[in-house]
Amino acid sequence: MGEYRHRLKDYIREDTMPHRFCVGCGCGTVLNAFTNAVEGLGLKPTRMVCVSGIGCSSWIPSPYFKADTLHTTHGRPIAFASGVKIMRPDLTVVVIAGDGDIAGIGGNHLIHAARRNIDLAVFMVNNMIYGMTGGQVAPTTPRGVKTSTTPHRNVEPAFEIAELVAAAGATYVARWTTYHVFPLMESMQNAMKKKGFSFIEIISQCPENYGRRIGLRTGNDFLKKYKEQSIRIEKARGMSEEELKGRITVGKLCDRDRPEFTAELHDLTNELVLNLKQEGAT
Amino acid sequence: MMAINQDRKRYLGRLEGKTYFILGDEACAYGAIYAGCDFFAGYPITPASEVAELLALELPKSGGICIQMEDELASMAAIIGAAWTGARTMTTTSGPGFSLMQENIGYAIMTETPCVVVDVQRSGPSTGQATKPAQGDVLQARWGTHGDHNIIALAPNSAQECLDLMLDCFDLADSYRTPVIMLTDGAIGHLRESVIMPRLSSIKHAARKLAKPGEEVFGGPELVPGMIHYGEGHNVHVTGSTHLASGMRDVSTPQVHDVLVNRIYKKIDENREKIVRIEQDITKNGKARAGVISYGATSRPAYGAVKRARLEGKKIDFLRLITIWPFARKQVAAFGQDLDTILVPEMNLGQISREIERFVDCKVTPVPKIGGIPPTVDEICQAIREVT
Repeated sequence: MGEYRHRLKDYIREDTMPHRFCVGCGCGTVLNAFTNAVEGLGLKPTRMVCVSGIGCSSWIPSPYFKADTLHTTHGRPIAFASGVKIMRPDLTVVVIAGDGDIAGIGGNHLIHAARRNIDLAVFMVNNMIYGMTGGQVAPTTPRGVKTSTTPHRNVEPAFEIAELVAAAGATYVARWTTYHVFPLMESMQNAMKKKGFSFIEIISQCPENYGRRIGLRTGNDFLKKYKEQSIRIEKARGMSEEELKGRITVGKLCDRDRPEFTAELHDLTNELVLNLKQEGAT
Repeated sequence: MMAINQDRKRYLGRLEGKTYFILGDEACAYGAIYAGCDFFAGYPITPASEVAELLALELPKSGGICIQMEDELASMAAIIGAAWTGARTMTTTSGPGFSLMQENIGYAIMTETPCVVVDVQRSGPSTGQATKPAQGDVLQARWGTHGDHNIIALAPNSAQECLDLMLDCFDLADSYRTPVIMLTDGAIGHLRESVIMPRLSSIKHAARKLAKPGEEVFGGPELVPGMIHYGEGHNVHVTGSTHLASGMRDVSTPQVHDVLVNRIYKKIDENREKIVRIEQDITKNGKARAGVISYGATSRPAYGAVKRARLEGKKIDFLRLITIWPFARKQVAAFGQDLDTILVPEMNLGQISREIERFVDCKVTPVPKIGGIPPTVDEICQAIREVT
C-alpha cells in the first residue's frame, strides 16, 4: 500500500495549506468546486494561467491553486488576463476575483472584455460586501443593508451583474450560489470549455463581515437562506418582479456563439503577414 | 517571441537604409518594431496617438499584435500580463494617461516585469493645454507611483533619436527587469524630420535573462534575477504584494520587505554608470564660468543659445541629459565643478534644475518656460547674458 494522496493535491500549492479563509467562508467551497471542475475536465494546470485581484476570493488562485498565477492590482485582473490570453491563446486563462474587483472598481474592464468576447473564464465570487477591508458597502450590496460605510442604511440599488455581462455580449453567463456546488462545478467546466467570454456570478457567504450585519452568523445560515431564496431562471421567467423580490435566480443566462476576439486578432495579423510575404514573392 | 523572427526581418528588410520624413511619434513606433516589440496596448491621447496609429498600421504586418484598450489602466495591465508570456511589450500615453498608469507601473516595478511606456509629455496639470508640449512629467516619471523605487527614463531630442532610444528602452527593460519610460514631449513627438531606418545588421538586442527551472524568479544572489515565463509548467506566482524570492506572498516579515525593495532599488542604483548617457560640449580654449544643462525638445534651442553666446565671445559649456533617470549625478557634478552658474532651460517650473542643485556646488539658475511653446534661442540666450 502506497501513501494515501488526495486526488486533488496536485492542484493545490501544498505549502500554502491550511488556507486562511474564515470559518464558514464560501471561498473554500469555490476553490473546491474549481479544483474538481479542472480535474473533471482533464485540464492540466500547467496549461492554465489564473489571474486574480485584491480581496479574499483572489486568494483562491493566489496562492492556493497550483498553476501560473498573476495576482494583480485591485480591479484590473481582467485587463491583465487579456494581455496573457492574447499572447498565449493556447493557454486556458481564468480570472477568479470578488465583486469589488470585478463589478466595482474594475467594472469597465468587465463590460469591455464581454463586448470584445475575449476567451477568458471569469468567476466572480459575490459576497455582496468589501469583506477583506472590514465590511464596507459594495455595488452588489442590497438596498437597505447597514454596512460600515452605510451605517444608517444603503440607499443604492445593487448591480444585476450577470444580466449586465450577458447584455454586454458575453457568450456564456451563469449565476449560482455556494449551495449549488455540483451545478456550479458543471457550469465552471462549461465556462472554461467555451470559446469566448464566460462569466459566472457565484453568490458566496461572508459570515464575518456581511453575515453579522444581516443576522446570518454562520456559513450554514447562509446556505439555508440560499436554498430557500434560489429559483431556477427557467421558472423565474414567468414570474412578476414582485414575486421575485428577495429571490436569487440561478442557472444559465446565456450560452451562444460569437466571433472570439483573440482568434480574430491573430487571423488579422496572420493575414497581414501573409500579404507581405506574397508581395515579396512577386 | 522576443526575437526578430522571419516575419519581422521580412518587414524591416523593406525599410532598412531608407530615409523617412516622419514625426517623432512615428519614429518611436518604428523604433519599437526594430526593437522586436511583440505586443502593444494603448488608449488614444494627444499628442501620443500617432505612435499607436502607426503601430496599428504597421506592427501586425511584422507579426506583432496591436490593440486599443478601454483605458490607460487596462493598457498598462495588458502589457504587464503579456510580458509574462515572454513578449516584448509597450504602451504609449501622455500626461493624464500617464497619471492613470502609475499604479500599474508600480506593479511592474514590484513584480520586476520588463515593459516600455512612452510618455509624450503635454502641458498640465489635468487636461491643461492638451495639444501643447511640456516637460512637466519629469518628476512624475521618477516618483509617480507610491513607495520606494527606482526608474529608468530616457529623453530623445530628435525624431531619429526617438527611433534609436526605443531600442535602448526595450534593452534596458529586459536587462534590468523593470518598466522603462520613454520620456518624450509633444514638441519632439510632433516634429517632422528625416529619420534613417537602421540596417538590421547594425542592431544587437539585449536578451532577457531567464531563470532555469528550480531557480528563484524574484530573488537569489544576483541583483537582477532571471524570469520564467507563463505556460512553461513552473507554477510561477507573480504578485504585487511583498514576496519571497520564490514569489510567494509574505507581507508580515519586515526583513522580507526590506530585502526585496532594497534589491529592486539597488539593481538600478548600482548600475547607474552603465545606464546613464549624456552628451556634452565643453569649451576648449580657457575655462568656462557658466554652463547650460538641458534635455528633450528644450535642449535644441538651449544648444543653439550656447553656440550663439559663444559667437558673442562668452565661454560656456553645454550638457544634454539623454538618460533622465537614474540621474547623471557623477557627470553633472563633474560638469559643475569649475562653473559659477548652471542655467537649466526646461518646459516646466524647474523640475530637473532642483535635481541638479543636489549635486553641484555652484549656483543653479532655472530657465523655466510653460504655456505650450518651447523656449526660443533668443530667450535662452538672453538668460545666459543675464548671468555672464
